Amino acid sequence: MSGVRPDYVRPVDFKHGRVDMSHGSGGRAMAQLIDELFLRAFDNEWLRAGNDSARFAVPAGRMVIATDSHVVSPLFFPGGDIGCLSVHGTINDVAMSGAAPLYLAATFVLEEGFPLADLKRIVASMASASRAAGVPVVTGDTKVVEQGKGDGVFITTTGIGIVPEGVDIAGDHARPGDAIIVSGTLGDHGVAIMSQRENLSFETAIESDTAALHGLVGAMVAAVPGIHCLRDPTRGGLATTLNEIAHQSRCGMLIREQDLPVKPQVSAACEFLGLDPLYVANEGKLVAMASAGDAATLLAAMRAHPLARGAAIIGEVIEDPHHFVQMQTSFGGRRNVDWLTGEQLPRIC
Amino acid sequence: MCLAIPALVVALPEPQTALIDVDGVRKRVSLALVEGVLPGDYVIVHVGYALTRLDPEEAARTLATFAAAGLADVPAKEAAL
Amino acid sequence: MKYIDEFRDGALAQRLAAAIAHEALPSRTYHLMEFCGGHTHAISRYGIKDLLPANVQMIHGPGCPVCVLPIGRIDSAIELASRPTLILATYADTMRVPASKGLSLLKAKARGADIRMVYSSADALRIARENPEREVVFFAIGFETTTPPTAVAITEASAGRLSNFSVFCNHVLTPAAIANILESPEVRELGTVPLDGFIGPAHVSTVIGSQPYEYFAEEYQRPVVIAGFEPLDVMQAILMLVRQLNEGRAEVENEFTRAVTRDGNAKAKALVAEVFELRRSFEWRGLGEVPYSALCIKEKYRAFDAEVRYGVEYRAVADNKACECGAILRGVKKPTDCKVFGTVCTPENPIGSCMVSSEGACAAHYTYGRFKDVPVVATAA
Repeated sequence: MSGVRPDYVRPVDFKHGRVDMSHGSGGRAMAQLIDELFLRAFDNEWLRAGNDSARFAVPAGRMVIATDSHVVSPLFFPGGDIGCLSVHGTINDVAMSGAAPLYLAATFVLEEGFPLADLKRIVASMASASRAAGVPVVTGDTKVVEQGKGDGVFITTTGIGIVPEGVDIAGDHARPGDAIIVSGTLGDHGVAIMSQRENLSFETAIESDTAALHGLVGAMVAAVPGIHCLRDPTRGGLATTLNEIAHQSRCGMLIREQDLPVKPQVSAACEFLGLDPLYVANEGKLVAMASAGDAATLLAAMRAHPLARGAAIIGEVIEDPHHFVQMQTSFGGRRNVDWLTGEQLPRIC
Repeated sequence: MCLAIPALVVALPEPQTALIDVDGVRKRVSLALVEGVLPGDYVIVHVGYALTRLDPEEAARTLATFAAAGLADVPAKEAAL
Repeated sequence: MKYIDEFRDGALAQRLAAAIAHEALPSRTYHLMEFCGGHTHAISRYGIKDLLPANVQMIHGPGCPVCVLPIGRIDSAIELASRPTLILATYADTMRVPASKGLSLLKAKARGADIRMVYSSADALRIARENPEREVVFFAIGFETTTPPTAVAITEASAGRLSNFSVFCNHVLTPAAIANILESPEVRELGTVPLDGFIGPAHVSTVIGSQPYEYFAEEYQRPVVIAGFEPLDVMQAILMLVRQLNEGRAEVENEFTRAVTRDGNAKAKALVAEVFELRRSFEWRGLGEVPYSALCIKEKYRAFDAEVRYGVEYRAVADNKACECGAILRGVKKPTDCKVFGTVCTPENPIGSCMVSSEGACAAHYTYGRFKDVPVVATAA
């Protein structure tokens, strides 16, 4: 009896504990989880204030807001996890308008029974990514759903940023003659995820390329304020992104297969499964479109940045009433690069 | 017809099993359908099984055939297609 | 990738294209059918048609085992998968094939059926071993390339006395399909579907060898060239067919010598013969009933036959009337001849199976070649 301090509070058991319904009830257990896990990891003035919202002054200028839900499976994969992915993903969405990201909000939907050790790992990863990017998580929410109603954890992040003066980047700004530039190798993230899938297991050292791209975008916008389009080719891969922009900008595109940067291992993994790297997700790459005259300057600025050493011009925007994205194959022929149909599934035939 | 890929056998970790490698991507496949496969061989892999060994000499011969395609009798203007 | 990249070399492609253009006689047209879906895919994906002269025309054959799977067989697979304790293990290719009542395996999965995509029959066995209290059915599809792996799974299940594993067998045979195409009324009528020669399948031939095609070359007087899977292989095979036709020959030639011999893989063939026997007849989507064209599991291994174990009843389902897959699979019509191509029927909402599998003639054309259908093809400035 005498060994126990009067102010002793049993700490959350992160080693063996699991999420249960009390963690979402709004009561003491939830408050303790928030305090010992989220506050401790993210640790900033807004969270320390302990309010339901975060207050800050907004610099003058045009604000952008972006949001993303993250439901990736598996939660942990080579090169990252759902935590850092959720931070990078929203930072990137904000950055794709040319904006400097300012703040993030994060919500968690936890499944009853989810191991707290895994949750702690994920939150630590998020905090680390947020700190490295210089974009704090200033507010958030947690809910718990019954077992079987959630895939472990779903994370939604929302971010805001300010677009610098003179920058006007949008999906409908591509113009015939524009150069199409990608910041690096394609398909790394998707292949890293696939290599973990139970029935498709193969051994490979490919890691997800998940990264925050706002620093790169900052450098690009400084070099060429007149960039027309920026987008990160996530789900559906580069092919989907190009088709989206072609559709929005009401133009066509012609890319060259031999100029597409793809790691040999990613090519090989795609061969095994009958996948096309053009449709495989990326989480740390962007595609940019700028006028032909700006292309060389932009490319140089990108290659000077550690996240885009492998940047390459892969094609041009062209006049096309059908808004097709076409590709000159390395074989010398021509073919459509169409929208993705459903989910890209591996094939045997 | 089916998607099959030539792969290098790098090891034989268990009976009837090969560890194959394509540009650094490795997988275990079954050798139940082939005989006498050794590390260093190339095999054609389909749905997790090696279907046959690939003959490197024949591969070289085939490539040489492509390279020689019509070289002798193709007029210059057609060659510049 | 070794033995892959060298066979995709653009410079060699130009050389072969020049050779084909040089040797194709301007006085005639060459109608060549590539039987195998993998070749259809390669031709579309690499834009090989752009490298051929106008008088060398490729016709897409029915060598896509997903495309020729009748609706009724998918219905049976969905029915099996919907049984409460059953796990259906399948190759991902089948997931989107449209079946009756607007269903597909993918949609059935969304409704709660336990359907698991596997890369290999060995994975299906593993699922059975890891779930002894569940029944596992492996949805086996494919031509002769994929049949030996199923045979291995069955013999291993038998040796291991695995009582919760069975196979829903839909394996089909290449020579039977080729014969059916050559026999079809359209071909026998002069000039309707001129079919001058065949590009023989690559990997099927590694198993069955080049010998089975000798019958067709002889009986129907049409050359067959077995081609490897890569685009240069296909072009070389086209050149060899053009030469044969010019010289009036009708022989079986092997371009894929690095993997195909005359006798094929004896070990694989023996294993298949041990486990399977011929069905008297089997329905092929688009071709109708084709005699001795498919396999079922032998008496000896009947314990592993899902059709027997679960009393699967086959109900034939007619194709949508607007769907021209039947004619397209035979090479009688082109995708663009179909009234619903690209509008009602798209890869996103396929009406017929030619649109579902990326090897189907319609899907391949829609995904890779649609830009050719428009009057003005945009080019770079």
